[in-house]
Amino acid sequence: MHPAPSVIIFTTLSGLGFGLLVFLGLGLPPVTGWVAFVFFLIAYALAVGGLLASTFHLGHPERALKAFSQWRTSWLSREAWAAVAALVIMALYALGAVFFDTRISALGWLGAGLSFATVITTAMIYTQIKAVPRWHQALTPLHLSTASLAGGALLAGQITIAQILLFLAGIIQIAHWLRGDQRFGEAGQSIASATGLGSPGRIRAFEAPHTGTNYLLREMVHVVGRKHAQRLRLIALGLGFALPLGLIMIPGASHGLGGLAVLSHILGMLASRWLFFAQAEHVVGLYYGARG
Amino acid sequence: MTSLPETTQRKLGLVIDLDTCVGCHACVIACKGWNTENYGAPLSDQDPYGAAPSGTFLNRVHSYEITPPHGQAQLVHFPKSCLHCEDAPCVTVCPTGASYKRSEDGIVLVNESDCIGCGLCAWACPYGAREMDPTAKVMKKCTLCVDRIYNENLPEEDRTPACVRTCPAGARHFGDLGDPDSDVSQLVAARGGFDLMPDLGTKPVNKYLPPRPKDQWEETDILAPFLEPVAESPQGFLGWLDRALERL
Repeated sequence: MHPAPSVIIFTTLSGLGFGLLVFLGLGLPPVTGWVAFVFFLIAYALAVGGLLASTFHLGHPERALKAFSQWRTSWLSREAWAAVAALVIMALYALGAVFFDTRISALGWLGAGLSFATVITTAMIYTQIKAVPRWHQALTPLHLSTASLAGGALLAGQITIAQILLFLAGIIQIAHWLRGDQRFGEAGQSIASATGLGSPGRIRAFEAPHTGTNYLLREMVHVVGRKHAQRLRLIALGLGFALPLGLIMIPGASHGLGGLAVLSHILGMLASRWLFFAQAEHVVGLYYGARG
Repeated sequence: MTSLPETTQRKLGLVIDLDTCVGCHACVIACKGWNTENYGAPLSDQDPYGAAPSGTFLNRVHSYEITPPHGQAQLVHFPKSCLHCEDAPCVTVCPTGASYKRSEDGIVLVNESDCIGCGLCAWACPYGAREMDPTAKVMKKCTLCVDRIYNENLPEEDRTPACVRTCPAGARHFGDLGDPDSDVSQLVAARGGFDLMPDLGTKPVNKYLPPRPKDQWEETDILAPFLEPVAESPQGFLGWLDRALERL
């Protein structure tokens, strides 16, 4: 799949922002006043910034409001609802914490739940797509949500929780890659099933329907960026999980080290998200002779 | 509404005969022509006369080579457009309700004025039936020529999809696949029509007819192998040339 920068930035930043909102909602840390203001500013900048980035890949962003209408069937519509609900509830909670020194716990828990739900709905947009076997697996929502929570814990300065979550998210990241590598084979689609021409003998894509490229090839049979996949996986794992984990395990870690851990985590997650798209193979590629 | 109808009164669709298709791409051109000049945003081209031409098409013809264990290799031309699936994954993912499946005839359509161009439906379709037009920035797909098949301003013989009307080989058939007595349903039953990627559970309405087995070269005379071969070595001038070249 085409690793569009807008979608990579959106899922990385929003994931982080909503992850932080989960912890702020739970009162971890129980901040009020100016400190709360800074925390919420970071969380909203990430979450809203990511959502804005996602509108850049829309053909008609001016019609975006229509996307709230189909929550009965569409995970993208549900994501829109969850995101807006989370941001509104958490804004009320932040209002109390920043200006009135009062944390309304019930509101915070609700906001935390909605923030987590937003991450899950984002994950389900990818998980639901049967035509991309690498995404269509139970580990996809688990991977995207643990990564988001680990980043959130890191940003919230919850050292112990962050250690556990970074470790867990790293393991699930590896599992998602390894399972993902087998998924296309398991899905059982081939040029034979795609064309129904399997039985008479060996089948080979002889000629494409067009001399140039097209939307399908650009969007779904995108192969650029798979070349360095193994190296990028090591970078994603090292920068995204291992290095931040190491940095926050240093006793008496300062804000500087914490900031470095966050920066490293973001860079690692960008590499991870690049691979999430670049390595995902769509079955339509079979019609063009991809995978033999 | 992006909820799929539980049943549709009719299941209009295409039956494509892979045995008869000659790969002339006339259906591709007829489709592009009709759907550029009529309903909806035109199907644009980018850099059409330049070095890297690219364009939006609702119907494309692939070609595959089949090499059976015995006998000659065979070329199969494979036209592919929207299959108007009963369980269309492209419809349910749409966040705006722009994509829908009609309950009266099962045609899957896009309401272009509601489309935000997110591209998720094109991801959800396993068959590559949907293409985002880079100029109009809305999703384009086969409409089964909904503006032809019910169009009373056209002569009756023209009230079929443009691809079917134009096919010079008669490889494309249009009809109600929900009615077991329709011509298309009987054709599918007679020729063993099949679904593309049936395991994905999309339940395509369009069916494909397999290529018929080709004739095999058979021995015409059981005594033929025992006959002395005629002209094993060249005679006359060619014989002289053969001998002369061997001597060199």
